[in-house]
Amino acid sequence: MSDAQSPTDFDPVEPNTGEDFEPVDVFPDSNDFDLRPGADSCFKCSVCDTNCPVAEVDDDFPGPKFQGPEQWRLKQTDDDYEIDDSVMSCSNCMRCDNACPSGVPLSQMHNTARGEYVENQMSKTDLEYWRNRILSNYRLSASIASKVPRLATWGMNFGPARWLMEKTMGVTKERDFPDFATQTFREWWAERGGADASRRNAQQRREELGLDRNADKKVAYFHGCYSNYNTVDVAKAMVRVYEHYGYEVVAPEQKCSGTPMFANGMLEDARRHAEVNVSSMSDLVDQGYDAIASCTSCSMALRQEYPELFDIDGIEKVSSNTFEAVEYLRIHEDVKEDVQEAQVSGELAEEFAYHAPCHARNQGLERQSVELFRDLEGAGIEDVGESCSGISGTYGWKEEKYEKSMEIGEEMFDHMEHAEGEVGMTECPTCAMQMEHGTGYEIRHPLELLEAAIVE
Amino acid sequence: MAINSDVLVIGGGLAGLTSALKAAREGADVRLVSYKQSSLRHASGLVDLLGYTPDGEGPVTDPYAAMGDLHDAHPYKTVGVETVREAMGLFDDVTDYRGDHTDTNALVPTHGGTVKPTARYPTGAAAGLASDDRDVLLVGLESMVDFDAPHAAAHLEAAGVPFDVRGETIRFPGDLQADAKITRYAKLLDTNGEVAVRGRKKGARDALAERVNTVREKEARVGFPAILGDDHTDAVRAALEEKIGADVFEVPMGPPSLPGLRLEDRLFEALDESGASFETGNPVVDFDADGDTIETVYIEKNGAKIPNSADQYVLATGGLVGKGIESDRESVHEPIFDCHIEHGEDRYEWFDGDAFGDHPFASFGVETDETLRPLTASDSVEFENLRAAGSVLGGYDFAAEKSGSGVSIATGYVAGENAAAEAR
Ligand SMILES: Cc1cc2nc3c(=O)[nH]c(=O)nc-3n(C[C@H](O)[C@H](O)[C@H](O)COP(=O)(O)OP(=O)(O)OC[C@H]3O[C@@H](n4cnc5c(N)ncnc54)[C@H](O)[C@@H]3O)c2cc1C
Ligand code: SF4
Ligand code: SF4
Repeated sequence: MSDAQSPTDFDPVEPNTGEDFEPVDVFPDSNDFDLRPGADSCFKCSVCDTNCPVAEVDDDFPGPKFQGPEQWRLKQTDDDYEIDDSVMSCSNCMRCDNACPSGVPLSQMHNTARGEYVENQMSKTDLEYWRNRILSNYRLSASIASKVPRLATWGMNFGPARWLMEKTMGVTKERDFPDFATQTFREWWAERGGADASRRNAQQRREELGLDRNADKKVAYFHGCYSNYNTVDVAKAMVRVYEHYGYEVVAPEQKCSGTPMFANGMLEDARRHAEVNVSSMSDLVDQGYDAIASCTSCSMALRQEYPELFDIDGIEKVSSNTFEAVEYLRIHEDVKEDVQEAQVSGELAEEFAYHAPCHARNQGLERQSVELFRDLEGAGIEDVGESCSGISGTYGWKEEKYEKSMEIGEEMFDHMEHAEGEVGMTECPTCAMQMEHGTGYEIRHPLELLEAAIVE
Repeated sequence: MAINSDVLVIGGGLAGLTSALKAAREGADVRLVSYKQSSLRHASGLVDLLGYTPDGEGPVTDPYAAMGDLHDAHPYKTVGVETVREAMGLFDDVTDYRGDHTDTNALVPTHGGTVKPTARYPTGAAAGLASDDRDVLLVGLESMVDFDAPHAAAHLEAAGVPFDVRGETIRFPGDLQADAKITRYAKLLDTNGEVAVRGRKKGARDALAERVNTVREKEARVGFPAILGDDHTDAVRAALEEKIGADVFEVPMGPPSLPGLRLEDRLFEALDESGASFETGNPVVDFDADGDTIETVYIEKNGAKIPNSADQYVLATGGLVGKGIESDRESVHEPIFDCHIEHGEDRYEWFDGDAFGDHPFASFGVETDETLRPLTASDSVEFENLRAAGSVLGGYDFAAEKSGSGVSIATGYVAGENAAAEAR
């Protein structure tokens, strides 16, 4: 091997999709799935394959190099080539993206291929199709369930019903459905006085901090489905922490980020939701707001997947103004110094076993919680390693994938059990589910610890 | 406001990791930012100091002794032989690599059946050294065409190794797909996961040892392609040794490379232990300077530019493979700070007509002063708080000399040390 086999010219900022590359507008008006320019810069080093957690446990999964560049080549030379059904086994963890030294936009290729597969090759009368569709439209089920939270929490985990769901729908009965909050975040937010209350809080706080009362500090919160319906404490913590730094928060109209839909090839569903999100976020970005998400898959979707897959007005603007909640504070505030001076006691004075979600890793955020909290008095944090949790959103909910999902997660469970603490921490709600499922630990979000540390 | 540190290292390969580690050990508050995974994943995982002289003579027996004869522009000359030794000391301190007991190069068999002079090798390769005279069985796997064991064995015999060597090809138990990923084998062995052998479930380690036992004669050493586990490689080797009754070693493979990957993991772990911060996945694309002082660099994340500030900066972005140096038809350049890179005006002067000739492009890279600060075309310092390390440097041809990892470690060490000393 020599160094001479260097890949072609490559701009580190743009994936290697060639000069004339336009985002593939997958639905509804374009059937052009051609990603050949990206495929051409693959020099077959297979480094992407070493990063794929599914290929590690599933012998039938040919890996990202095949799903992406190789499949696109086959498609290019053979008009009748059909997308291989293995693409449905890719969990969309996007780890392969991070690996490729040649900038091949792998996860974009997989998402598009999956979209085409579902659109053209999957029977719409198949149970699998409907199972995937229901799983990926979590928001819909959650919004219904949240009307009757206690009943829903009980009903969804009622043994005989779960047995039936597995038998008829292929939803594993091994897992517990998450609890639904008795009050959603949006209900709490409205009751608290919405954006007006937040502005008043922020102004008051700015005065306390000696800042200009009318300073331009404002963010639009993309809370996503999960912190609205399930982990409402995370969303509340986000609001309180931001107001503590003098930010006004708004919670604009929003739908699902689309992450579970990308992973299931439901690109039409994803696009409908994306249009709503982009439209409400881009108006706010125009008014000087930045978009903030507390779920790393949501920020990933807005930042990377939307502009890769859809051509919606304002999308680039939203993408480049979207941040993960803690990341944004690290850039704009002295949050590190504040944490160093703080201390926590009570419920959150714990040793945390921290797992970085794949989608945090992809945004370069895999270390920020560990680095932020390692000097915090009263609490401890330990990184449990780089393995994938294995649940990958809907992947681990499928009956046929359950075992593999647990096999992928094994290393993480192991590291958690060896870590000092017995409370887990992560930014991703489904990783949290898997961590809890594999170890029985309670799982918290970094924003909750941050709130405990710096907000009185 | 920005993310601040004393020393900011750009690039997460061997050079960047070593400089961050050194700077952190000197007490600096260090942050490392890297775009993609480094070229370690393509490399063999062996750490070469100097295997051949720039004139192609070798294999070199004592790399330190041979460094004296290098031309003055060579990075080893810039940092000095004693410093190379110190730098290797740091490497030895944080890894469990072997070879530190002697100055002499070790001779390690490669997957192509050649013998490679190298300064440090992973513990897993130790039982395979060519200087050992015990007989060897090389075991290849049907599905892994990159390693043809009988062919490699024949090559080694022809190279005149002082022992008998035989190659056998077997099926990996469980009949994995022909294109199974190396991580699939590693995971199965790591967890001793179940595989089906003639309808019966068995642990992968046991089943593999049983298959080897059917082809082993009396060889005292058995070599496998480098797939023996990722997280628990020592345990995998020990289990196989017990069941086979022979020493077991791994033969370093081409990309993608598990030993390279393990080394990368180990170095990041050491960096974590040293208290340094790091972030990977996004490139540095731009900077602000005040005169010849760099004030802030910007990391690009999907269109957003995230500011990172430090007192001192280390550029360890790699060569043509790592994207630290880029070329187009007109020029060769360093993309972040646009540091000067000496190259012929005419691109036909960049390479030799002979494919295996002495190509100028192989040694393209930034030139520096003795503290590793990049120099402009007129030999003045580009930025007073920027240093460069690793394959972004010019003046050497790692592929021909087999000096890649050594130069990265030695220059990374010096850049990190100087940066920490200046950062106040
Ligand atoms: C195929 C192959 C085989 C090899 N075999 C051997 C061997 O057997 N023995 C040996 O000793 N050496 C070997 N080498 C050489 C050795 O691996 C390298 O010389 C050494 O690892 C280089 O380290 P580095 O840190 O300088 O660069 P790299 O490992 O290239 O690291 C550069 C890093 O910088 C990052 N980066 C680039 N641009 C930016 C940016 N704008 N912003 C942020 N980060 C950026 C990259 O993503 C990368 O992580 C081999 C190399 C190759 C390619
Ligand atoms: S997205 Fe994840 S699961 Fe899918 S191919 Fe890439 S690495 Fe594998
Ligand atoms: S890492 Fe990139 S270049 Fe290497 S095989 Fe995968 S897609 Fe191709």
